[in-house]
Amino acid sequence: MSQTTPSEETLPADVREMVAAATAGAVRPRRFGAWYIAEHQLRQMRSYGWTVVMSGIGSPLLYLLGIGLGLAAFIDVPVASGPDGPVDYLWFVAPALLASAAVGVTTEEFTYTVMAGFKWRRIFWGMNASPVSPPQVCAGLVIAVTARMVFVCVSYYALMVLFGAVGNAVTGLLIPVVGVLAGLAFGLPLLAFSAGISDDKGQFAMVQRFVFTPLFLFSGTFYPLATLPVWLQWIGWISPLWHASEAGRALSYGLGPGAWSPWVHVAVLVVMAVAGGVVARRVFVGRLRG
Amino acid sequence: MVAPVISARGLRKTFGEFVAVDGIDFEVPPGESFGLLGPNGAGKSTTMRMVGAVSQRTAGELRVLGLDPDTHGPEIRSQLGVVPQDDNLDTELKVRDNLIVYGRYFGISRALCAQRADELLGFAQLEEKAKARVDDLSGGMKRRLTIARALINEPRILMLDEPTTGLDPQARHVLWDRLFRLKERGTTLVLTTHYMDEAEQLCDRLVVVDHGRIMAEGSPSALIRQYSTREVCELRFGSERNADAAARLEGLADRVETLPDRVLLYTDDGEGLLERVARLGLHPTTSLVRRSSLEDVFLRLTGRSLVE
Ligand SMILES: Nc1ncnc2c1ncn2[C@@H]1O[C@H](COP(=O)(O)OP(=O)(O)OP(=O)(O)O)[C@@H](O)[C@H]1O
Ligand SMILES: [Mg+2]
Repeated sequence: MSQTTPSEETLPADVREMVAAATAGAVRPRRFGAWYIAEHQLRQMRSYGWTVVMSGIGSPLLYLLGIGLGLAAFIDVPVASGPDGPVDYLWFVAPALLASAAVGVTTEEFTYTVMAGFKWRRIFWGMNASPVSPPQVCAGLVIAVTARMVFVCVSYYALMVLFGAVGNAVTGLLIPVVGVLAGLAFGLPLLAFSAGISDDKGQFAMVQRFVFTPLFLFSGTFYPLATLPVWLQWIGWISPLWHASEAGRALSYGLGPGAWSPWVHVAVLVVMAVAGGVVARRVFVGRLRG
Repeated sequence: MVAPVISARGLRKTFGEFVAVDGIDFEVPPGESFGLLGPNGAGKSTTMRMVGAVSQRTAGELRVLGLDPDTHGPEIRSQLGVVPQDDNLDTELKVRDNLIVYGRYFGISRALCAQRADELLGFAQLEEKAKARVDDLSGGMKRRLTIARALINEPRILMLDEPTTGLDPQARHVLWDRLFRLKERGTTLVLTTHYMDEAEQLCDRLVVVDHGRIMAEGSPSALIRQYSTREVCELRFGSERNADAAARLEGLADRVETLPDRVLLYTDDGEGLLERVARLGLHPTTSLVRRSSLEDVFLRLTGRSLVE
C-alpha cells in the first residue's frame, strides 16, 4: 500500500496530519478486524446460548444413549471391522455422529445468521462502514462459528470417551479436529451460497431437507457406505460427512479392510473447505462493495 | 488555505447502464456542516457510500482526508462516523453493548469503549435505556443511538444519510438539537436530506442534487437570494381554477408557479401583491404570505417539488 500513499514531502502540514491519523487508525483493524467481528458474533450467540449448549451436550447425550444402550444391543451381526476384526457398533457410529453435529451447526449459522447479517438486521452493513473489510467480516463469522463447532466437537468427544465409544482415546483426540474440518467443508460452500441470497424463499429449509438429511442418511453414518448399491455410493464420495466419518473411524480403531488412508479423506475435506471459503469471501466482497 | 477533508471532482457512479451520480464536484473544509439536498433517487446515498469508502467510484477524482478510498478504505473509514439511511443496529444486543461492540471494530480497547459508551449514552439522552433491548426503543431513540454509535471512534467527519426521515416533528427537533451541539464543537458534518427545513437548520453550505447532478451550490440564504425572491404568496383557488387564475396573474409577480393545488407568486412584497390580486377581482379561497425557502429554490431549479 505504501506505494500509493501520497509522498510525504509534497503535502501541506494539515494533510500530512490527517493522513497520519488515518494511517494510525487503521493499523489495528487491518490486523485484527476479523477477531473483532468474531467477538461480536460470539456475543450474539449468547442470546441463544441455551440452543448452543443443548446442541453441544444435550443431543450427543441423547444419540449416544439411544444408540449405545438401545440400537447397539440389537445388532448382533458385526457391521464394521478394524484391523483386528469386527468392532463395536458404537465405535463405528460415534465419529460419524460427531461430524454430523458439527455440520449441523453450520446449517444454522451459515444460513440464518448470514441472512440476518445482510438483510434482516443488516448488521454486516454496520460492520462494513467501519475500518473492517468485507473479507474480515466473512472471516470473523467463520471464526465464531468454528469456535461453536470446537465446543460441540470437544464436548461430543468427551462424552464418547465416557460412553466407551472410542477405540484408541489418544489418536482419537484428533476426531474433534476432523469433525470441525467436516463442518467447514460442508459449511463454507453453504456460506458462499447463503451470502448470495437476497430473499429467503425457503432455500434454507430446502438445504436442510434435500442436502443435509440425505447426506446424514446416505453417507455411511449408520452402516458402511459399501452396503449401499453403487449408484447411491457417490453421495458418500462427495459428502464431507462420509470423509470425516471414515477419517474419524481410522483415528478411533484403525483401518479396516478396504478403508482409504485417513489422509485422503482429510485432503478432500481441506479442498472443499478452501474452495468454499474462497468463493464465500468473494461473494462477501461483491455484495458489501456493490 | 486549509486543506479540504473531502474533495470530489467529476465523481461518477454507474450501475450497468444507469447513471446514479453523474460527475459531481464539491469540497468540504474541516468544521463545515455540508448538505446534499435532493429528491428520492437523486444519488445522495450513492455519493455518501463513495465518500464513506464502501462503494467504488466509476470515474472521477475523490480524496477523503487526503487519501484515495480505492486504496485506503480502512484508513478513511477509521476516521468516519456513519449514520446510514436504514438503521443497522444489532437488535439482539442491549443498547449499551451495541456501542461497545462497534467501538471494537476500530481497535479501541474494551475499557475505553465502555467509558465512551457511557458518555455517548448521556449525549444521546439514552442513559436510562442502557440495558434496554434495541427493539424496545422508539424510532427517534434508535436514530440517536445510531448517531452515538457513529461517534464512538471520535470521528473527524460525521456522515448522516437522511438522519430524520420517518421521525415525528418532536423527535426531529430533539435530533437536530444534538446535531447542533456537534456542529458547535467543530465536528465536520456531511448530511443528506430531502427536507428543506432540515437543510436550512443544519447546513452551512449545501448542494442541490437532482438526477445525479449538482444543480446549485451555496449557503441556504445565498441560494434563496439567488434563486428566489424574498417572499412568496401562496394562493389557492380550488384545483380546477388554479390554472386559469395563474394565467391572469402572469406579470403581476416576478415569477408565477402553478402547482396542482396552489399558485405561487414570487415577489419581494407579499402583502402589496395580495392587494393587487384583490384589485384584479380575483378571490382565492386561501392566501398566505411566507418567506422563500429552499423548497422554492428546488422548484425553480427543477420545475418539481422536492417532496412528492
Ligand atoms: N446497487 C444499486 N444497483 C442499481 N441501482 C442502484 C443501486 N444503488 C442505487 N441505485 C439507483 O441509483 C439511484 C440513486 O440512488 P440513491 O440511493 O443514491 O438515491 P438517494 O438520493 O439516496 O435517494 P433516497 O432519497 O430515495 O434515499 C436510484 O435510482 C437507485 O435506484
Ligand atoms: Mg438515500
